[in-house]
Amino acid sequence: MSVTSVAKDPESLTMTVTVDLDATAERAWQLWADPRQFEQWWGPPGYPVTVVDHDLRAGGRIAFVMAGPEGERHDSTWDVVAADPPRYLELRDADVDDDGRPNDGNAMTAFIITFDERAGGGVVMAIRTHFDSLAGMEMVLASGVEEGMRMVLSQIDAVLAGAPA
Amino acid sequence: MVVAQASEAAVDRIFHALADGTRRDILALAVEGTYSVSALAKRYPMSFAAVQKHVAVLEGAGLITKEQRGRERLVHADVDTVQRARMILNGIEELWRGRVDRIDDLLATEKRTTGGRR
Repeated sequence: MSVTSVAKDPESLTMTVTVDLDATAERAWQLWADPRQFEQWWGPPGYPVTVVDHDLRAGGRIAFVMAGPEGERHDSTWDVVAADPPRYLELRDADVDDDGRPNDGNAMTAFIITFDERAGGGVVMAIRTHFDSLAGMEMVLASGVEEGMRMVLSQIDAVLAGAPA
Repeated sequence: MVVAQASEAAVDRIFHALADGTRRDILALAVEGTYSVSALAKRYPMSFAAVQKHVAVLEGAGLITKEQRGRERLVHADVDTVQRARMILNGIEELWRGRVDRIDDLLATEKRTTGGRR
């Protein structure tokens, strides 16, 4: 398992996932920079992702569609805030809807991704996600993505069964 | 595993916070209404600093939040919100674990087909 730590801060609605990969920083960068690779890992099984716009430079945009098993369609558009290959990447939901909200209906989620090569080989990729509201976080989960929902439902069951918080 | 330790530590903090009678009492008050730290301190036969310390332990466990309003620090119980946020974050963590598994597969497949690291 490559996940070395997951730091969750419910007060500041922030989560940092730290991943140890047996690859160079350049190789890890390609997971984001190559749209065909990004399509292969972003969506869970049964939710194919198609990148429709991809300009990974500061000021650029990334747009993709995730299709669901029931024929539903989730659009996402990100603004590239900063891109310093292969070290630092900052993405933020673009407010592309008429109401100034992101088109995926989520909160204005921001990602900061850092890549640090280890002296002994391998790269540490840290993905920091910040949500601007609790409702937005729920939307991320509710958008047909079962991997996360299963976990939440089992926890709700545990809470209802009287398990300690 | 680091993750399990992290959530265990969070649970430990909650149990530790609730193990003390004064802290349970402060939490119960905070659930029912909004109190300033100084108003809480007047209710207990202990120093202001001691009450402040109890409040800090509850805050560290994520059971209450403090809000500065003027010269007062108000204590709110935020159990439901915090618990909800924690559960949602756990779900999103699962999403990322799935993504990282797929990244692992991607890199492993590539190594098998190219015979080495790129």
